[in-house]
Amino acid sequence: MATDVRLLDSAFDPARELAAFTQSHSQAGGVVSFLGQVRAEAGAQAVLELELTHYAPLTLPGMRDLADSAVDRWMLDGKLIVHRSGRMGPGDPIVLVAAAARHRRDAFAAADFAMDHLKSRAWFWKRERTHAGWRWIEPRESDHADLARWG
Amino acid sequence: MPGETAKLVFLGRLADRAGASERDVTPGPLEAVLTTLDPSLAIDLLDERVRLALNGALLGERGGIVLVAGDELAFLPPVSGG
Repeated sequence: MATDVRLLDSAFDPARELAAFTQSHSQAGGVVSFLGQVRAEAGAQAVLELELTHYAPLTLPGMRDLADSAVDRWMLDGKLIVHRSGRMGPGDPIVLVAAAARHRRDAFAAADFAMDHLKSRAWFWKRERTHAGWRWIEPRESDHADLARWG
Repeated sequence: MPGETAKLVFLGRLADRAGASERDVTPGPLEAVLTTLDPSLAIDLLDERVRLALNGALLGERGGIVLVAGDELAFLPPVSGG
């Protein structure tokens, strides 16, 4: 079972990543993917820029452990996690998670599981720039509640 | 002299508070190192929600830490998630 886990400091093309992942797991009956991107919206609250910082000794190893946990937990043919760090603008991809499995429920669950953990446990610090300036983002209660679903 | 110092690494908002993402310090017990910093920064670093990692390994507790030359001690505030 192959996992592909990457932390990138420059832009990536989610369609291309997903096409490559799907092609390399043609034996799987289903592929579920999730793409997180920087919201593009109008108005005073609009996010003009998002910056994610990471700590190299912990962040990527933590992401690899997460992929391994998903593999231990569900019957998967493949697992993909691609995550950005650095500065991004509206519409830019932040994270792409995909799971390939013989049965679709395993793929859905593994993708969902990975996103819940990335949102609340991964070693990233996030700040965003609006017209009011830069602001650090704190974890939300709902993110912790989402995580608790997995026991 | 890089070979004779230890390094503090500040993540997230702590980097803003420190005015830099890292700082070289004279090795020694953590309590002594913290007294050389701006007091308001030291208070932020002592917040119980801030986790510590010594040379890339998370610490379970922060008592009894003594930095030697070449050590890297990271201060990790609560993560914002990806």
